[in-house]
Amino acid sequence: MFLKKLILGGLTALFFSSSLFAADCGPNGQSIRILASDFPAIHAIANSAESNCAGSASEFTRNHTTEARQIMNAAQTPDPAEYTSVIVANSTLVQLMNDGLVRPLNDLVEKYGGNLKSNQLITIDGKIMAIAFMANSQHMYYRTDILDKAGVDGIPATYDEIISAAEKIRSAGIMEHPLVMNLKVGWNVGEVFNTIYLAHGGEFFNQGSAEASINNAKGIAALETMKALVEYAHPDHLTQASDDTQGLWEAGQAAIGFMWGSRGGVILDNEGSSAEVTSNTVLSAAPTVTGGSIPGATLWWDGITIATNVSDSEAEATFAALVSGMTSEMVAANNDDAIWLIDGFKPGPAAAGVSATAQGGAKSYPMFAQMGLLHNALGAELVDFLKGAESAEQALSDVEAVYETAAKDAGYL
Amino acid sequence: MKHSTFLLFTLPSLSVMFLFIAIPIVSVFIQSLHIEHKQVIIVSENCDPFGCETTTSVDTEASAKLKEKAPLGKFNGFKTYSNRMHFAFDEIGEAWNSSDSFIVFVKKIYNYPLYRALSFTLTYTFVVTPFVLFLGFLVALGVNNLPKLLKGPTIFASLLPMIVTPLVGSLILFWMVDGDGVIGATLQKLFNDNSLSLKASPVLTWVMLMVYGIWHLMPFSFIVFYAGLQTVPHETIEAATIDGASKFQRTRHVVIPHLMPLAIFITLILLMDNFRVFEPIISFRAEAHATSISWLIWNHLRESAYPLYNAAGATSMITIFCVGILLLPVLIRTWRDFNEKNKG
Repeated sequence: MFLKKLILGGLTALFFSSSLFAADCGPNGQSIRILASDFPAIHAIANSAESNCAGSASEFTRNHTTEARQIMNAAQTPDPAEYTSVIVANSTLVQLMNDGLVRPLNDLVEKYGGNLKSNQLITIDGKIMAIAFMANSQHMYYRTDILDKAGVDGIPATYDEIISAAEKIRSAGIMEHPLVMNLKVGWNVGEVFNTIYLAHGGEFFNQGSAEASINNAKGIAALETMKALVEYAHPDHLTQASDDTQGLWEAGQAAIGFMWGSRGGVILDNEGSSAEVTSNTVLSAAPTVTGGSIPGATLWWDGITIATNVSDSEAEATFAALVSGMTSEMVAANNDDAIWLIDGFKPGPAAAGVSATAQGGAKSYPMFAQMGLLHNALGAELVDFLKGAESAEQALSDVEAVYETAAKDAGYL
Repeated sequence: MKHSTFLLFTLPSLSVMFLFIAIPIVSVFIQSLHIEHKQVIIVSENCDPFGCETTTSVDTEASAKLKEKAPLGKFNGFKTYSNRMHFAFDEIGEAWNSSDSFIVFVKKIYNYPLYRALSFTLTYTFVVTPFVLFLGFLVALGVNNLPKLLKGPTIFASLLPMIVTPLVGSLILFWMVDGDGVIGATLQKLFNDNSLSLKASPVLTWVMLMVYGIWHLMPFSFIVFYAGLQTVPHETIEAATIDGASKFQRTRHVVIPHLMPLAIFITLILLMDNFRVFEPIISFRAEAHATSISWLIWNHLRESAYPLYNAAGATSMITIFCVGILLLPVLIRTWRDFNEKNKG
């Protein structure tokens, strides 16, 4: 009898507690299908949404793949779309919006977005198109022990200071190539140019048009800065992306790094590296131009979107589920996985670089509809200049010519 | 054979060829003549966690209307073929007029993607093909002379480079030639130069890719030659031995002429394969120093946000055209041999 009571009591308590804390999952019996990239922070959001709302949905499926960006447009074009939600970043939101594959969320935010902060709302002409949950950007990594050994005072804050610090490390005979940057031909090399160009105060397009405007004094200055930095980078820099630079850093083969903030947690943890490296690594803001104030970085956010080509009730259920995952409990449990934009985030050492860069006034990655084409052209055409086979003017005019050809073919010019 | 019977016999293969070869090629060709409709661009105010910016976005409704009217896109004629991404006729004319010497002109041409890719692709094809042919023949001869017990394992080991998936094979080599890898570090030690990098130098990158190509394709020519060696008539060899021919002379005057048709077959296949070199460029991350025609096609399509179907289509047509030119001499020769034999 006692046992029966206990079980009954337990069950009642369970029932009440779950109904008390149950998140608002919107309409019942809907299908929720999510496409997302594959890193811990996104898993944290999706896990939390799944554990809240999978019970009230008819199906809850997730596809986490680093190739999400490559398949999203094809997957979302048919009606009904393959996924009810795609988790995107700045540039991938543009990619979906160019084909009209995401719906405005204003009414859904009104209904379910009680705990969202206003800076999480990504609005385009007043329409909310995405809900951001985390931030990312490139910034500097330094090995303080090596800087000390080479006689560098303080932490370098400008490109010139970085170059002179690198020279000191080299001439002290500590490292021949103290600098690591993601300069792999293609997207990465283009992105490094973007950051330095923004630090020089550059604009990518003529106001209000799709005509590129990078072949100017600021563009040339940015390229010269890039070249000066590359002098101190690993000889194989044109083949190195994030995994490679992180590897070099963790192996103690670099003293100055320009890498993604999302690598901070991985570099500072006690796996894959020695205590000598992790205890002496500090993360700081992206550099500025001497006398300038804009940190040379692009700020990124990751956020959720809802597909255009799904039924309204599926859209509602998906939105409610994902938003229910954005709680301070979720953040507390996964604090170091990301720079969360959600309440309850306690910035640790791994977040220092991104915070400093954002506070310094760095720009967001530009959201122009045609930006991807210019980025491609930069990634392909700057390489000859970095190899020393071409002048800066020639490289920039090549970029503009390549961009123009591609933009005409794609209908932007 | 009656014409109607012949037609009936070949009908299945003809229809399959029509379905899976002719139709796709024609469709790619038609695609290469069209570009995207003009995107209707509007200026918009864009706010994110870091502030607001004025940017542009596509007016999807207006753009969709244009697309509905003509789903193939805007007719562009052969302009895709002549633009900067392909033959770059205008740019080359200008380069010719503004260069004072031929070397300057060649350097300027090298700046255009198609010509850059062609120069590597052709060099690769003409270096790798003869090496593979020659080395494959040598290995086949060697294996053929081994005692029976060793033949099986040797053949298996020699085939390994071909069995390994190209992407995996080249990745393994990519790691080995890294500054921290076996080959890279040994070279650095040998030349006493810590910044020696196979990946940073254009010349060494080309050499590395070609060595990889030879390593990867040699088993193919080896196994075909080895099969051919089993069919060399014993009587002729014996007769030559009795006539006092040395081993070299027997190979030169009996074996090689017997294997000639096979050599032509291998050359044809190798020329086609090598002209489409692609995987090693990706695995070796060699895009900075070496690009190929196939790499260009991939590059046009890679950006899923803005796939340039017209550019990819045009490059594909150019590839087919170039392969045709490459194979022409060999095909003409085969045709002539065939006619002579029939007359005789």
